[in-house]
Amino acid sequence: MTDALLKVKNLKIGARIYPPGEKPKDIDIVHGVSFELEKGKVLGLIGESGAGKSTIGLAAMAYGRGGVELTGGEVWVNGREILHTSRADLRHLRGLEVTYVSQSAAASFNPAKKIMEQVIEASVHAGKFSKKDAEARARDLFDKLGLPDPDNIGDRYPHQVSGGQLQRCMTALALCPEPDLVVFDEPTTALDVTTQIDVLMAIKAAIRDTGVGALYITHDLAVVAQVSDEIMVLRMGDMVEHGTTDQIINNPREDYTRDLVSVRSKQHEGQAPTDNPILRVENVTARYKGTNFDVLHDVVMELHPGQTLAVVGESGSGKSTTARVITGLLPPRDGKITFDGRELSADLNGRTREDLRELQMIYQMADVAMNPRQTVGTIIGRPLEFYFGMKGAEKRNRIIELLDEIELGEGFIDRYPAELSGGQKQRVCIARALAAKPKVIICDEVTSALDPLVADDILKLLENLQKIEDVAYLFITHDLATVSAIADSIAVMYQGKVVRYGPKAEVLSPPFDDYTDLLLSSVPEMRLGWLEEVIANRKMESAGN
Amino acid sequence: MHPVLKLIAQRLALGILLLLAASLLIFAGTQILPGDVAQSILGQSATPEALANLRAELGLNEPAMSRYFSWLAGAVQGDLGTALTNGQEISKSLGGRLKNTLFLAFWAAVVAVPLAIFLGLLAVRYRERWPDKLISAVTLASISVPEFLIGYVLMYVIGVKLGWAPTVATVYDSMSFLEKLNAITLPVAVLTMVVLAHMMRMTRAAILNVMQSAYIETAELKGLSSFQVIARHAFPNAIAPVVNVVMLNLAYLVVGVVVVEVVFVYPGMGQYLVDHVSKRDVPVVQACGLIFAAVYIGLNMVADIVSILANPRLRHPK
Repeated sequence: MTDALLKVKNLKIGARIYPPGEKPKDIDIVHGVSFELEKGKVLGLIGESGAGKSTIGLAAMAYGRGGVELTGGEVWVNGREILHTSRADLRHLRGLEVTYVSQSAAASFNPAKKIMEQVIEASVHAGKFSKKDAEARARDLFDKLGLPDPDNIGDRYPHQVSGGQLQRCMTALALCPEPDLVVFDEPTTALDVTTQIDVLMAIKAAIRDTGVGALYITHDLAVVAQVSDEIMVLRMGDMVEHGTTDQIINNPREDYTRDLVSVRSKQHEGQAPTDNPILRVENVTARYKGTNFDVLHDVVMELHPGQTLAVVGESGSGKSTTARVITGLLPPRDGKITFDGRELSADLNGRTREDLRELQMIYQMADVAMNPRQTVGTIIGRPLEFYFGMKGAEKRNRIIELLDEIELGEGFIDRYPAELSGGQKQRVCIARALAAKPKVIICDEVTSALDPLVADDILKLLENLQKIEDVAYLFITHDLATVSAIADSIAVMYQGKVVRYGPKAEVLSPPFDDYTDLLLSSVPEMRLGWLEEVIANRKMESAGN
Repeated sequence: MHPVLKLIAQRLALGILLLLAASLLIFAGTQILPGDVAQSILGQSATPEALANLRAELGLNEPAMSRYFSWLAGAVQGDLGTALTNGQEISKSLGGRLKNTLFLAFWAAVVAVPLAIFLGLLAVRYRERWPDKLISAVTLASISVPEFLIGYVLMYVIGVKLGWAPTVATVYDSMSFLEKLNAITLPVAVLTMVVLAHMMRMTRAAILNVMQSAYIETAELKGLSSFQVIARHAFPNAIAPVVNVVMLNLAYLVVGVVVVEVVFVYPGMGQYLVDHVSKRDVPVVQACGLIFAAVYIGLNMVADIVSILANPRLRHPK
């Protein structure tokens, strides 16, 4: 038993929270979780936000983030209990035995110091390596992780390398002191899919080559299936299921795990385009004020009444800029927007109230898109007053009707945004958009900040509402799985251009252009060996060329 | 050109422009002061002819614009004119006074700045615990008491009762360096107490702000001790706000020491200025004003430039 690298026994974790207007409350985050990890094995911790996975990962370093406290149980690393060990021993543990890779390397690197200095700091500080040896080891790791110019990249500052490169630097930082265990906390979640696959491959190879043990934390089951030997499913601070990766993916025992595995199975039958598009984006070219390059080049797309057009692309591809042009926030340099047969003013100030009403928007971050000091009823009631002049009982009845449509019900009318979950907040934003009885709603990454199961419910809701209200969606997303679940037509954007456009069935069937092929093949699939397959295919293709 | 050089050049140009504007304000301000120099030199019993003669001699009948430009042209070349009251060259007598004030300000800064930053780091290390609260309470108390009161209390306790330091801080050119240092012990102590709280609170706030960042967590998870995390990872990112408040306080040490100089009879700029304001010696007041403005603008410009240099994104563009 004692030769396990990490042994967690009945771990309990709590935190003190400060609800607005109430006394501080102590809550339990993790209620008694136990597991073991052998040397050199990778355990995937999976669950939705609030499941306690990051908290458990950090507990392996006896660290509680913010007000989090490790309230009970035992954590054994390399044969000793660490929750009650000395400070000096804890520093040794954190610097040399267990290291951490965070979700956002961009935030986790000190902006004022060079990368190399930060990568070798723990090893040198603890006296494990001399500065020279540590630097040599770091360069070796940079090379292994596939970073460009491994000899010199350490001399750069964090802002001088890309997000994907920095995430690999963070992995080098974690591996540099030759730890026994690395905690990977959502290391690829913030990256684009095409970058994610490279980082994933680099991490997997590094784990294999160094023989290090790892806790791999993520909410994406398809990702964890590629890198881990075992998977533990967590929910609300309890363990749901723990088994080998093969068993969890192919043969889940619990209903909750089955839901997680099948979450992306929703499909939407695409409709054919009509003759009268409700919204046409015609040859739009745009740039931001004070810059001298175009961020959109000759963008063309059409949205048909009652249908969904998905605009897909990675960060920086111009999808949100397209939405800004359509809404009038960014007047284009060239081209025009036609809505329901009439040309819309390029500038927001030139649009009529009717123009504004018929084109509504829903945002990615529901919680910052609502006034925290207004109740749900006020938030939804505002467009009713503004566009239709409703008052009193008439307004209240309509609000209740809308609350029923978004499946929340009358009970929510007096709640504040802070009292809602992420999914409920997004529903309120949907109701606010619907209150204006729009013909088109622009949905900008509306499910990206949500857990997969919640996002799935929101997509289903949007689809139902489309049938009831006969509204068209311009659906902006980076997630291809979402696209196939909701779209009728698709526009793939890359570097400000539409590289592929048409009905869903056409866009998603071969032959593909290079970029769409790369994008599609980079979406993790929920099966073992997918990652190796893609890499092998790509190698073959590049050898063939 | 490197973008940092460009930014610094912009700051320098802006500083010079500001100084020009300040000189205009000073000149205009002294023009609208009530009273007449000739009258105050000759006294109430002077005859109208004598007054008119003196005015013509002092150049007071020239138009204000031409007097401003001749004054400015002189000031740029280091000639601040002659004092009306004693006919001495201002730049000469001011030079010695300025040296004394800078001497006092320098030693106050040498004590106060490192102490403030160290106390700020310490307060962060033990935040919300008794060392933090003690440091805050003591420094806030010392900033709240008027400096002349602190000065007299220190004089009484340390100077008179304990006899550890001289109560009068007058320095002469004939004194040795150590004698001068000994003489200014008490004013340095008072000035330190006055500026300490502001700098220490700002250091504490700036570092606490940085401590929320994810890279601080990374540093903690590297097994560094709390103080190493603060000094090596938090402080470098808090330099810009800290330097700003330090420079503001250095400027105060030069410009705002009037009270302390008077209390300790220290022959600095402050005393010189106060003397000549009461004598309506306009050229001296203008010269002092110009020097104070230059010190203020110069130090804040330094703070700006250090902030620019402390930002790795500007220093090392992509």
